[in-house]
Amino acid sequence: MSDVVERTLTALPGLLSLDLQTGAGKLSSTSKLGNLIRSITELTSKHDEEKLIKRELAAIKEQVSSPNTTMRQMKETMVRSIYCEMLGYEADFTYIHAIKLAQQGSVLEKRVGYLAVSLFLNENHELLLLLVNTVLKDLQSTNLIEVCMALTVVSQIFPRDMIPAILPLVEEKLNHPKEIIRRKAVQALHKFYLIAPNQVQHIHSKFRKALCDKDPGVMAASLHIYLQMIKESADSYRDLAGSFVTILKQVVGGKLPVDYNYHSVPAPWVQIQLLRILALLGKDDQSTSELMYDVLDESIRRAEINHNITYAILFECVKTIYTIHPKEELLEKAAKCIGNFVLSPKINLKYLGLKALTYVVQQDANLALQHQMTIIECLDHSDIIIKRETLELLFRITNAQNVTVIVEKMLDFLRLCHEDYAIIDLVAKVAELAEKYAPDNRWFIETMSTIFTVGGELMQPDIPSNFLRLLAEGSDSVEDDRLLRTYAVDSYVSLLQTNPTKLPQRFLQVISWVLGEYSHLVDDLSPCLVIDLLVRLLERPAVASDTRSWVMTAVGKLSTGAGGGTGAGGGTAEGGAGLVQRVSQQHSSSLDTQLRQQALELQLLSQDPELHTRVLPRGAVWGSLEVDSSLSFLDGFVSEALARGAAPYKPPHQRQEELRQEKALSLEPYALSLPISLSSCSIADRQSPTLLSISSGLSGNSTELPHRAGSGSLKLEGVKRVWGKDGYLPQREVPEGPSILQEASAPAPQTFPQQGGALTPPSADPSEEDRDKQQLASSLFVGLSSHNSTCLMGKPEAPVPQRFRRKHKNTDSASASSSSDSSHSPHDAANHFLYSSLLEEGPASPIMLAQNSLAPPKRTEANGTHTRGDTPVLPTANGVAEVGDQEAPPSLTMANEEAPSPGVGRHRDPPLLMGGMKLVQPCPPHPAPRASTQSSAEGADPPQLPELPPEPDHLPPELRNLPHSDMAPLASDQSLSLSCCRVHREDALVLVLQMSNACGAALLDVSVELQCHELKVASLRGNALESLPAQSVRVCWYTLLMEAPHTHVMVTGSVSYREESGPSHALEISSKLSLADFLRPLVLSTEEYGKLWLSLSQDVKQNLTLLDPDGDPLCSSLSVLKDKLQLHVVDIIGSEGIVACKLLQGAPCLLHCRVHAGALAVWLRSPVPGLPDCLLYHLQRALQER
Amino acid sequence: MIKAILIFNNHGKPRLIRFYQYFAEDMQQQIIRETFHLVSKRDDNVCNFLEGGSLIGGSDYKLIYRHYATLYFVFCVDSSESELGILDLIQVFVETLDKCFENVCELDLIFHMDKVHCILQEVVMGGMVLETNMNEIVAQVEMQNRMEKSEGGLSAAPARAVSAVKNMNLPEMPRNINIGDINIKVPSLSPF
Repeated sequence: MSDVVERTLTALPGLLSLDLQTGAGKLSSTSKLGNLIRSITELTSKHDEEKLIKRELAAIKEQVSSPNTTMRQMKETMVRSIYCEMLGYEADFTYIHAIKLAQQGSVLEKRVGYLAVSLFLNENHELLLLLVNTVLKDLQSTNLIEVCMALTVVSQIFPRDMIPAILPLVEEKLNHPKEIIRRKAVQALHKFYLIAPNQVQHIHSKFRKALCDKDPGVMAASLHIYLQMIKESADSYRDLAGSFVTILKQVVGGKLPVDYNYHSVPAPWVQIQLLRILALLGKDDQSTSELMYDVLDESIRRAEINHNITYAILFECVKTIYTIHPKEELLEKAAKCIGNFVLSPKINLKYLGLKALTYVVQQDANLALQHQMTIIECLDHSDIIIKRETLELLFRITNAQNVTVIVEKMLDFLRLCHEDYAIIDLVAKVAELAEKYAPDNRWFIETMSTIFTVGGELMQPDIPSNFLRLLAEGSDSVEDDRLLRTYAVDSYVSLLQTNPTKLPQRFLQVISWVLGEYSHLVDDLSPCLVIDLLVRLLERPAVASDTRSWVMTAVGKLSTGAGGGTGAGGGTAEGGAGLVQRVSQQHSSSLDTQLRQQALELQLLSQDPELHTRVLPRGAVWGSLEVDSSLSFLDGFVSEALARGAAPYKPPHQRQEELRQEKALSLEPYALSLPISLSSCSIADRQSPTLLSISSGLSGNSTELPHRAGSGSLKLEGVKRVWGKDGYLPQREVPEGPSILQEASAPAPQTFPQQGGALTPPSADPSEEDRDKQQLASSLFVGLSSHNSTCLMGKPEAPVPQRFRRKHKNTDSASASSSSDSSHSPHDAANHFLYSSLLEEGPASPIMLAQNSLAPPKRTEANGTHTRGDTPVLPTANGVAEVGDQEAPPSLTMANEEAPSPGVGRHRDPPLLMGGMKLVQPCPPHPAPRASTQSSAEGADPPQLPELPPEPDHLPPELRNLPHSDMAPLASDQSLSLSCCRVHREDALVLVLQMSNACGAALLDVSVELQCHELKVASLRGNALESLPAQSVRVCWYTLLMEAPHTHVMVTGSVSYREESGPSHALEISSKLSLADFLRPLVLSTEEYGKLWLSLSQDVKQNLTLLDPDGDPLCSSLSVLKDKLQLHVVDIIGSEGIVACKLLQGAPCLLHCRVHAGALAVWLRSPVPGLPDCLLYHLQRALQER
Repeated sequence: MIKAILIFNNHGKPRLIRFYQYFAEDMQQQIIRETFHLVSKRDDNVCNFLEGGSLIGGSDYKLIYRHYATLYFVFCVDSSESELGILDLIQVFVETLDKCFENVCELDLIFHMDKVHCILQEVVMGGMVLETNMNEIVAQVEMQNRMEKSEGGLSAAPARAVSAVKNMNLPEMPRNINIGDINIKVPSLSPF
């Protein structure tokens, strides 16, 4: 007890030794709160309550605003308003008074004031700023209680920006003699760490001190912080593992004061916390794990009392043991514990047991086998939570053999379940399992139908779209696809025929899409029948309007079949066409504009079969569809309009910017001028249609753009794509259906693991119950025992091949052709290329990586302007410009025009391939290939064999004219020495590795591996040599592409080789590359600069030191920057200069420099978040180094 | 971290609400309603954990609750809390309340909302468990209470008011129930 408090106490008269109970008595029945509560409890309806509270709030309002209200009354009023707020009625007028109360009240009133503040306000509330002063004052108070209250409120709620104001005071409290203050101070720092980790960076050492505090409470509080920090980066705290183990040992050993025991378990919550920390520290780290084995063992041993809290500790032990580096002995004990949990009659423990099983089953499937009977009992448990947990467990052990039984169980549960959350969760799981392990078409379609029916409108929208995509993209075998599709059509037709009323909208959409797309596959199904079924849907009032448009689209697709009368349907054809006519007429006056539009389109299409086949070709190969999101077909229209003097399109944010400019003083460095010329508006914004349309000559790129830009919300799956680059008739169908076959590997043999009787559902007959359970067990756990963990989720798949593999996930990601889906890292694709062609052509085959899809905005613009004969200068590297690249722009279109090389021939869509990369197949003896992106230098020099650099220290000819660094030695040993040179190619950084054999004998099997996580690395040539003759030199190249900005990146790798008769060696190499290597000048005019500037958002400002302050500081500073960082100085006007650069062919970064007060004020803008920061770093360095 | 602590009675009337993560007022009420809806329909012989209210945090969100006589104590936590640990924390909290109020009952929670909040602040601070040692919590609370008495004790009303309040007619409870029955029964400490 502190002196202060004690003094206060002694000052009290003896008669005040009332206890708490009488404190309650203070609330006389006449008190206002008492009245309020009583009247509320007497009310019968919500409406009355509302009226009463309104009255009450009015009274409170009057009271708080009256100047005569004492603090004491204010406190009472505050409690009443807390009560009102709790009931959900806003009393925001009291907030300011709560702060006032905290500020001015005596201790007790202050407490209520603080409480009200922390209950009423949130971190971003503006009133909170008013609290800062009060907190400051209270933190400095000599009254312990006030300090405590201040710390409490700080750890509940505090404005982030004001942390620095009180941080020193809180830190100081870490040394307070009273442990409760220290503990609360630690807690407050924890709060600071959570909301603003940077601000407490410097006091990590004090956390350590808190960890070693002599008071266990303070130590326990510091564990919160450590748990959080270790969660974020375990590596930085591994050194503390020993301390945590020691602490845990002491706690388990009962070294803490008895006070901390809870049901004679020593400080159980501290133990739990420590165990969690240990799990995080020991994960993937054997040596740290070894430290823990003893104490874990002891924890398990000591936790023997049959009480809830010991089980809590045991559970944590089990989790820790399974998380850290495994030790056989402990695993056994943990498994036994899990067994105890699972078998426990206590339901909470059973739940945790199932949770633990779910957690460990991926490592040890046999454990699930041991408890299979219990698991089956849990499946029928009366508690829904237990059931769900059991299903979760089953989900983890699903394989191709037990999938039918498990999915059946899940569907059973779903049919009885009414909780939205559970349904959403489980539906997604069933869909995943069905897609992964479906044994046959029938089962798959039926399961999906059930999912759609049960999931209804709740399920995640990606489930139906994935399903449609799977149908559309098909698998590796055309025949399988056909069967699947026809089965789907059949089952949906019969569904519609029986009872379509109950089907959810999403399902109806799926059905209509499938019928529209594939019903022609079923020979004896007349299109009229299908149209009739669909049209009936349109007539139902319950069908939502977006579903109607799906239906309409389907009818549109079917209308040729009906009208044209192909084959058997001839007789009824007229009826079908009539029906279509009727529908389109009926809806052509619909109030729903979308529907009306579709109806009118349908009308036109049904009258013109030719148009119809062009617009909606039957059986179009997916993937070959292109979406011209840039609407390039409007180019003509736009340019015409512009020529007639229309203002160019401005995106909304630019318009806003301008508006703001008009209103406010101009703070922008450039007055906005809007010349109505094509050349300037083309650069205006990367997302403006004009620019995109120019780039749309590259179909691959333009389809990728929306994805890259992160606007992935545009779901194109399941939507018929009708707008293409040629206008409203695109769908360039590539008649290469069979090529899929070629590409596909032979379909894997299907297995149908039907287990005879095992599949029969358990019967309800009690006499057979046991046997049924056994059977169920055998069908549920089949496949677990033999090859246990290999078949589990998240592990490599079981021998049974996954049936519905999405094509684009395997074959396509490799070919990178039809992927409009850009989620696959091109790096993978590159590896795949490397790998596969290495296999095909032997180790030395060089591979060329062409321009990759990201290079774009600037580059494509260059192409576009070039083809249109417009003037803007091509962005080029200094070196390149000299060689006169105007005739030969580094062009992607060139690659498009090239005949596909053999490697490309297999892919059905060469232009799209450019979205990924271009593969050229040069074998050493053949003439060297012409890499599509090789810069113009190549145009001058005829390509040469890169394998034969004539003399050491010479770059391959096509690189020789590019700006490059000197050869710098990297590593060497007695026989091989390596040096490297960085070549700044326009679109990439080329790293040329020179290997020179210094010894007398040839070196064999030289191979180079290079990697860098931050960059995209591709080997160009020569990275594997069969032999390196004595005293000779070879080079190999890598192109490096930086997509996200980094200030520095480390490239590491190794070169391995073998001496002719000796052992093999490896040389490690590493090289640090800076952002400067990836910057390229961006050449543009001042006007273009101004426009681009306005359209960019990421904004960084900084003052830098100026060079040459006496002469012309701006010019000399800029020229230094220009030389060192390859910037392009656009213009210098007086004391301001504008500079532009870009990250390879990607994001631009604009700099505006101004000499101001002896410093260089730099203002950077870029569309890429990190780029200005990274660039700024190098600017500083460049200027400092001078 | 503990996201919220909700105490409501068998009829869903909130008795103490404390959020450690910001939610707008109407969202808070919705969470209270949904939680009550989830918790109230569960039997007493099922487990004390619930998963997946969609409102607070989706899959990383659990409800851990205990039901005492007329009150539900619900802790909404994320996955970084130990289920059984929180379950016993509720027990600690209730036992502490019982010590501070002597035979705590629903009415104590209503009329001494501010005090209950203060006790809770000693147990859970900013969503983190601060103290689990019951004696220590009680000591802290008492230290503050002594302070209170030093200020307001003289005007404290006579003790009979307690009985007056406790006899008050609360329509949610049957009329003829006697006071003892609305006491929260602190369950026996043997494992459940």
